[in-house]
Amino acid sequence: MTEKTVLNDTHRALGARMVDFGGWDMPINYGSQIEEHHVVRRDAGMFDVSHMTVVDLHGPRTREFLRHLVANSVDKLKVQGKALYTCMLNEQGGVVDDLIVYFLGEEFFRLVVNAATRAKDLAWIEQHAKAFDVQVKERPDFAMIAVQGPNARAKVIGLLAEVDHERIGKLGKFAAAAAQGPHGMPLFVARTGYTGEDGFEIVVPQDQAVALWDALVAAGVAPAGLGARDTLRLEAGMNLYGQDMDDDVSPWEANLGWTIALDEGRDFIGRKALEAQKADGVKRVMVGLVLDDKGVLRHGQTVLTANGPGEILSGSFAPTLNKAVAFARIPAGEPGEVRVDIRGREVPVRVVKYPFVRDGKPCEGV
Amino acid sequence: MSEIPGDLKFLKSHEWARVEDDGLVRVGISDHAQGQLGDLVYVELPEIGASVQAGHGVAVVESVKAASDIYSPVSGEIVAVNENLNDKPETINEDAFGDGWIFLVRASDRGELGELLDADAYAELIENEDH
Repeated sequence: MTEKTVLNDTHRALGARMVDFGGWDMPINYGSQIEEHHVVRRDAGMFDVSHMTVVDLHGPRTREFLRHLVANSVDKLKVQGKALYTCMLNEQGGVVDDLIVYFLGEEFFRLVVNAATRAKDLAWIEQHAKAFDVQVKERPDFAMIAVQGPNARAKVIGLLAEVDHERIGKLGKFAAAAAQGPHGMPLFVARTGYTGEDGFEIVVPQDQAVALWDALVAAGVAPAGLGARDTLRLEAGMNLYGQDMDDDVSPWEANLGWTIALDEGRDFIGRKALEAQKADGVKRVMVGLVLDDKGVLRHGQTVLTANGPGEILSGSFAPTLNKAVAFARIPAGEPGEVRVDIRGREVPVRVVKYPFVRDGKPCEGV
Repeated sequence: MSEIPGDLKFLKSHEWARVEDDGLVRVGISDHAQGQLGDLVYVELPEIGASVQAGHGVAVVESVKAASDIYSPVSGEIVAVNENLNDKPETINEDAFGDGWIFLVRASDRGELGELLDADAYAELIENEDH
């Protein structure tokens, strides 16, 4: 049974092409995926991300629980409203999911986890929360709209209550705050995103999501589908769970080492495995690839290197660069001349540092 | 969705064929197919002079989303390809039944055209696909 967000009829009325995404009936585009990509890089676009799972954690020992649950350190969260990107790992060091943790009070943290992993994540979180007496509460009563692009913040702020303009205007990157939207609707506004552009992700009560969406359209924010969201996040060098990492891949192997905090004495799930892997030497690494020739790099294609084969994880045509880019997992070590097997043809590619695009511009060396 | 021209014949896999005045068969993909694929970014054209068989892969169109094989509706020899698609693959999105044609075949057996769907049968096929 396919699930629908509260904005489903709105997408259909806008002429969206709908697809199944992790069990949800979601808009892939509203006409042109490439135009939607460009509008986010150049102006402001918005995505319905209500399929994502909001989970609230309450209890005096919530911070202590999160120290155990996730691989990044929640002790970096010192100011109320601050957010942290992290993975939660299994005992083998594989990634159960990647998520954002918001610090909303000493006894109240909010998690936003992926839609496709909802059931697995909830079971995992609840299983480990018991020992800390932490209450785990899913919030299906919320919808979520991501507004992204160089003009996104200004367009959102224009819709907020006058009294919120200055405070939300000053909201730092990776921080969130409550604010009042059109018709006084209560919003949770976070300066986060999945596109490499500035902007907000806005949590809104489900019954007011359509009114917020319509107000954003009226403010000149263009609806964009999950197709554009995928090419934007790939250009921005952001991983997609299930494609770039999963239960059998450690953060070391997914270029997420920067999210691991090996702070003294903290016993988080998967730590032992991660330390053992590091001591042994990590055998596989994730790299960025650029194809200068015509053609498109795709998930599942074989990558040929001096140290043996690897494979393309996320791969796509990148509209900002007008050529194909990809993430690939390949054997560690100097890879030599790298080629990708595209339908039986070995095509040379360049290994590059990513992100591929930042602030709307191609990065150096891409 | 644009009208389906009545002079076209179709494969179930959404390629169209049009018999030109000189008897050559022009081939492209339907407007429905380009809509399903989304923005096209690359077209791999066949070689001029290559011999092709009906129902076999001849070209590849790649959208942002996916790569799709294009099958030839008829057997014969490729006599022209739409070079314009090298720089402007989006022409297929803009005009699938016209400027977005892909290749031209000199058919070796025009009888094969009789096995294709006519415009009405194709319209019915995509109608059912949508539901």
